[in-house]
Amino acid sequence: MLQVSIYRYNPETDQQPYMEDFEFDTQGRDLMVLDVLEQLKARDSSVTYRRSCREGVCGSDGVNINGKNGLACITPLSATVRKNKLVIRPLPGLPVVRDLVVDMSMFYAQYEKIQPFLQNNTPAPAIERLQTPEDRAKLDGLYECILCACCSSSCPSFWWNPDRFVGPAGLLQAYRFLADSRDTATDERLSRLDDPFSVFRCHGIQNCVNVCPKGLNPTRAIGHIRTMLLTRAT
Amino acid sequence: MNAGDAPDIRALQADIVIVGGGGAGLRAAIAAAEANPQLDILLLSKVYPMRSHTVAAEGGCAGVIQLHDSLDAHFDDTVSGGDWLCDQDVVDYFVHHATEENLRLEHWGCPWSRKADGSINVRAFGGMKIERTWFAADKTGFHILHTLFQTSLKYPSIRRCDEYFCTDLLLEDGACAGVQAIDMRNGTHTLIAASAVILATGGAARVYRYNTNGGIVTGDGMALAYRQGVALRDMEFVQYHPTGLPGSGILITEAARGEGGVLTNSDGYRYLQDYGLGPETPLGEACNKYMELGPRDRLSQAFWHEAKAGRALATSRGEAVNLDLRHLGEARINERLPFIRDLARTYVNVDAVHEPIPVRPTAHYTMGGIQTDRHTATALPGLFAVGECASVGLHGANRLGSNSLAELSVFGRVAGEQAAARASQGPAVDPRRLLARAQDNAAGWESLREARGGEHLATIRDEMARAMEDGAGIFRLPGQMQQTCAKIAELKGRYRELGLVDRSRVFNTEWLNAIELGNLLDVAEAMAHAALARKESRGSHQRIEDFPERDDAQFLRHSLVYRAADTPRLDWQDVVITRSQPAERHYGAAGQQESKP
Repeated sequence: MLQVSIYRYNPETDQQPYMEDFEFDTQGRDLMVLDVLEQLKARDSSVTYRRSCREGVCGSDGVNINGKNGLACITPLSATVRKNKLVIRPLPGLPVVRDLVVDMSMFYAQYEKIQPFLQNNTPAPAIERLQTPEDRAKLDGLYECILCACCSSSCPSFWWNPDRFVGPAGLLQAYRFLADSRDTATDERLSRLDDPFSVFRCHGIQNCVNVCPKGLNPTRAIGHIRTMLLTRAT
Repeated sequence: MNAGDAPDIRALQADIVIVGGGGAGLRAAIAAAEANPQLDILLLSKVYPMRSHTVAAEGGCAGVIQLHDSLDAHFDDTVSGGDWLCDQDVVDYFVHHATEENLRLEHWGCPWSRKADGSINVRAFGGMKIERTWFAADKTGFHILHTLFQTSLKYPSIRRCDEYFCTDLLLEDGACAGVQAIDMRNGTHTLIAASAVILATGGAARVYRYNTNGGIVTGDGMALAYRQGVALRDMEFVQYHPTGLPGSGILITEAARGEGGVLTNSDGYRYLQDYGLGPETPLGEACNKYMELGPRDRLSQAFWHEAKAGRALATSRGEAVNLDLRHLGEARINERLPFIRDLARTYVNVDAVHEPIPVRPTAHYTMGGIQTDRHTATALPGLFAVGECASVGLHGANRLGSNSLAELSVFGRVAGEQAAARASQGPAVDPRRLLARAQDNAAGWESLREARGGEHLATIRDEMARAMEDGAGIFRLPGQMQQTCAKIAELKGRYRELGLVDRSRVFNTEWLNAIELGNLLDVAEAMAHAALARKESRGSHQRIEDFPERDDAQFLRHSLVYRAADTPRLDWQDVVITRSQPAERHYGAAGQQESKP
């Protein structure tokens, strides 16, 4: 029997959050953590979490699994369960709405702040803007981000300054546009990031790299932005 | 609120409300904002836009771009692919505007895959004579959705209500005058008066047990319109995607075959050559409209026959055939199909570089939907519908892969412009005039939240999904279809006896799942009855036992299902035929013969 422990909190009825324990029979199968949640919800329909695509691309079901942030739908039990225990908590550092559902407004606000859309000051041509496969490849490792918030909510700098530090997810996207050969707003983008908090609160702890369910490396992207900022200053 | 009081309603006003934040809804919002920057546009969605199911589309997005291709060829492929049930004026408009929309996405930052010279690359896709499928690796929908969402952030006139669940359309003087929604965060019933409402809520394949769709794809918009007397059209046409993972139903894109992947049965034989799709093409050399690049309906039907003949593989997750990519080599798989490699590793423990992926058909796409004219307007003034929830007349009896992503942009823009034109003529009605109705509606939803009957949500949902698979699946047998119609009616009765456990107003997913189940049951009813009424075989609707042939004399018509007290009412609408007269559909060598002058 797998011992499952789930963080529960309903602001309408609970003074404080608590951990609720369930016994779960996997019948020897290596299920995904989301499958376990779905089956527990069939038992107790008040268990609350977000989910949709169940294939790791919509970014809905980021949670903290046995102490590490990840997507419930692509985390198999075999990758996380040790000593027969599965502990599921909401993503840390964000206000809890209910159970495993967190308020992501601050996370989204930082994303929107970096103006995550292509900016090009030349008139749009009648055809496509050309981009060589090599230039297109510069987006690899950046443009796959699904905005699940696993990285930013594992980042101590983001915990401390969620209003001022853009955080790993937002900065990864900032660099995605800085790296795009079709974007001409490099200078404006850097100017908006050029303060003590937006980028420089990153202390290279690399929790973001450790947890990213898509295998991306925000720390490296942040390093590139720092280099661009410092090069520009000299 | 005390028991017996009228529920509290928060009232808002906007010029345009868009329900659904996927590709179609976002494109409509941008078009409306560009058409008239003075308009207040409210985009309402039950999820944050990036979670919408457009995100999971993999293979690509159609649009003629090669010099040796033509709009006529795209038109012909679409119309024959749809088994002549497409409205040809709509198809013409679509093929004329698909490429400009794809280019606009490029200008907005969509990271399309490129050729060596930096121009757009295109790949082969099922049922398409010439390569015209634009792609961004194998995450095309993901990148289109992100590009549209990002672009929408540029427009200050687009406001968002994320995680609001739309429960009702509100009518006034015979027109749609707004919507009502539940703010999921605190359960507040919210009414939004608006001059124009666009439904862009996506499909409904969650009525089936095995499907490629996310949990949120529950036919909400279709049910909202259906309940207000708007017809659902061509609902019997449900696309089974031939390659989903057994067990979960997770999608393995058609691009895997476009890149040269092949399907084999338990004898290692490429069985599609036995189903009018041959001759066998050389390994790794995908040939348009042959073999693995035949249309989806034919491929799914071929699987059914193979399984029946005992030539499917038995896997721990059910019957399957093999999708073999090994001959493509690791480099090409990583460049073109990286997500597919991930999915196969994660869900069936197969590395596509070294082993074939087990696949089987799973419910994927609803060709039908809310009836609209070619300008996305429904019969209810002020209400528009676009994308998978709508039936604009593009896909006929079978959709070609990569036409639906292009549809989102082409008709999303039309919907946004049409709604903007209507909203520019005058302000929304005063929300106070809608208040009494909103309170009635809210009281109904509140009693659902408090429901204490003996029926279980999951039980009804499972029985529905099984019944749809049995009676409205790849092949439809007369007795089973009747049983399915009866079963859905029974389940609708039992739904009224539902009991819920969670009484909270805060992010009450059980309550919302119950509302979704009500929507699914309405959609399932429309599908099952339309299927029973269409006494022929066409495209994805196949009745091999009682009506195995296409019958143009009687059924070259769209079905219309209207909600009625007991069983729904059926009606028919002529198909618009402009320049392509119905003919037989041919693929493989037979198709080649036919296309010669």
